[in-house]
Amino acid sequence: MSSLLSKIARIGIITEPVKTPDDAELQQLGITLKNRIDRRFNGSLAIRQVDAGSCNGCELEIHALNNAFYDIERYGIHFVASPRHADILLVTGPVSRHMQAALLATYEATPDPKWVIAFGGCAADGGEFGESYASCGAVSNVIPVDAVIGGCPPRPVDVVKGLLAFIDR
Amino acid sequence: MTHIQHPTWLTEWLELAGHQGVSLNAQSIRGLAPAWVFRLDAVHWGRIAEISAAQGLRWMGVWVDEAADYYRSHALRGNAALDALRPVMPLAQSQDIVSPADATQSVAGYVPTQNRREAEQPRLLENVGTMDGYSISACLEQQGDTVLLRCVVPAAQPLLPSQALAYPGADRLERHAQDLWGVRFQGHPTPQRWTRHQAWSGQQFPLHDGFPTAGTPQPVTPPDNGYPFLAAQGAGVYEIPVGPVHAGIIEPGHFRFQAVGETVLNLEERLGYVHKGIEKIAVGRDAFGLARLAGRVSGDSTVAHAWAACMAMEQAAGLSVPPRALLLRAILAERERIANHLGDIGAMCNDVAFAFANYQFSRLRELWQRDNAAWFGHRLLMDCIVPGGVAADLTEQAAAAMQAALAPLKRELEELRPILAANSILQNRLQTAGELHAEIAAQYGCLGYVGRASSGDFDRRRDHPYAPYDHIHVTGVCYHTGDVAARLDVRYDEIGVALDLLEQFLARLQPGLVCADWPQSIPAAEGLGLVEGWRGETLAYVRFDAKGRIARYFPRDPSAFNWYALEKLIHDNIVPDFPLCNKSVNGSYSGQDL
Repeated sequence: MSSLLSKIARIGIITEPVKTPDDAELQQLGITLKNRIDRRFNGSLAIRQVDAGSCNGCELEIHALNNAFYDIERYGIHFVASPRHADILLVTGPVSRHMQAALLATYEATPDPKWVIAFGGCAADGGEFGESYASCGAVSNVIPVDAVIGGCPPRPVDVVKGLLAFIDR
Repeated sequence: MTHIQHPTWLTEWLELAGHQGVSLNAQSIRGLAPAWVFRLDAVHWGRIAEISAAQGLRWMGVWVDEAADYYRSHALRGNAALDALRPVMPLAQSQDIVSPADATQSVAGYVPTQNRREAEQPRLLENVGTMDGYSISACLEQQGDTVLLRCVVPAAQPLLPSQALAYPGADRLERHAQDLWGVRFQGHPTPQRWTRHQAWSGQQFPLHDGFPTAGTPQPVTPPDNGYPFLAAQGAGVYEIPVGPVHAGIIEPGHFRFQAVGETVLNLEERLGYVHKGIEKIAVGRDAFGLARLAGRVSGDSTVAHAWAACMAMEQAAGLSVPPRALLLRAILAERERIANHLGDIGAMCNDVAFAFANYQFSRLRELWQRDNAAWFGHRLLMDCIVPGGVAADLTEQAAAAMQAALAPLKRELEELRPILAANSILQNRLQTAGELHAEIAAQYGCLGYVGRASSGDFDRRRDHPYAPYDHIHVTGVCYHTGDVAARLDVRYDEIGVALDLLEQFLARLQPGLVCADWPQSIPAAEGLGLVEGWRGETLAYVRFDAKGRIARYFPRDPSAFNWYALEKLIHDNIVPDFPLCNKSVNGSYSGQDL
């Protein structure tokens, strides 16, 4: 136990200050995001992530948002386990035809008011997979989309920027 | 590559097959090296599987391709056994399902029976006009050597015996071939649809030449209700349907549990939700387009799949990759291995609420990914491997920085391991959870850390090394308890091995080209790529048409076999341990569903 506690103490708090050293633009992003969420969502923004056909690359980067460096919960953003709890659906992948009905059901299950963010190049426009017998392509082909965060996959900092752009619009 | 002498096991295998009346005709196809290629009659497809399984060969996968020259082929002309395969009855009478007992009967004489789980309508074949036949290829492995079996069936009557009776791991890949090609495997134990849900009908086969890539979808594809799940009955037995949309940030799939109290009696997986038609949309691409697509078969294995696909294309084109490019590919592959193992070790611990480990390992993973971005331009290393080599060189400063970053990670891992080992609550949850017995792992051909945690001591980097692993020692990692703890230990050890390999590869880097020019034109040719990805052996088959465009791409992710492991190892575990067991296997949904 002492080695465990010592490790914790030695690593200390690594969560990056709202300013990210290598990106000047991001210096104010976190604070701004927090302020906007406080104001418009009463301090808490609940996101339900839905993989509608992704290659799993986007999911890896969404996971990274929860690591100690980004610690996205400090802005009041929570990933929730059910669409019933969600303000936002964060949808990845080209929507595979096999996931179309499930995505529609998830959308229906999300209470109003609700917003949809298409996450990643495939969700934006079908990406490498496009439209086919197996793929509906862009998320907007299936449900209304309010914002797009591009990238293959988007980097965690792109998510912070994208969310801010969405809330700020 | 020319083979001068057969290994002993191969000689014995050939003799045994000969004794049993299975004639195997050796073929020499350059692009398929290092595999030994044998052609056989379709009627013997099941028998050769039985012989091979009895000899302890591992089954590596099956795929279908066009055989446009089926009847015209000089090599096949006058082959009486193949004549027997020609259509002998009107298609309307044919049924695609036969009972296991009928499997050994001749193809022409099979007896239609009702399937126990799903009686689908007889399939009328569409779009057969453009193809005379289908070629079926299956790979087997023994002692690191690969055998590729091939037979052809007529498009009008695409029937052959199933290999799934001898090799249960063939179950889903045969059904995948059935759903996408209309090839029917006689005697298949569970012949209902697998990859197909409701996006196309049972009479349509997307990989047929005449099937349009756009398909003929309905405005909204209905959910796949009515799939024949195994049902359990009895006092206190209840079902838990989970998915396809899961509670976490995870890929979609459906799990059907039967449980009593907290104990899982049975788990049945229903996958295919993220089927994106990868094999179809690969057709017509150029080599670079295929590499990009291969890099998105499974996002966490972008290096493994891109390398396997490029290796297959380079074999087909007869292109040699510069030594520096090969070393850089291996560096990318080991970096991908380490990143995934770091993330998953943390996630496994998190699934039993040991947040400390998740915090530490996700921290290490993030640092590792930031280095990836700094040195290779992408956090997940996508699009770094291209046909002929790698997309960008590693600068000297970057190589030095990478070398310098190895020891600190090693130190941290050495510091963290005793902390994990000393935590009795953590160990209590990991040990004996999700035990996969060695026989089952071998039976299903489980790969990578799933196989190696259950005595399956196979690693392609060591057992049939490809460049640059052929000039380096790869330490094997193998555990025998088959539980979650063993899978975690294998992965912990593999990070150490990968760090050693990175050090050696970096030391061997010499200035030079990082990419060979892709040839302007290449002849119609096929190629096979086999690499040991972080999840295990990853296979890619590629065939170019006469214009140098992709005519066929078949990627086989290790998840094709490791998903079976999850169904088996969850028996008698408690339902709350499912996330832990699932994470310890970490099958790729996307790589399975393709």
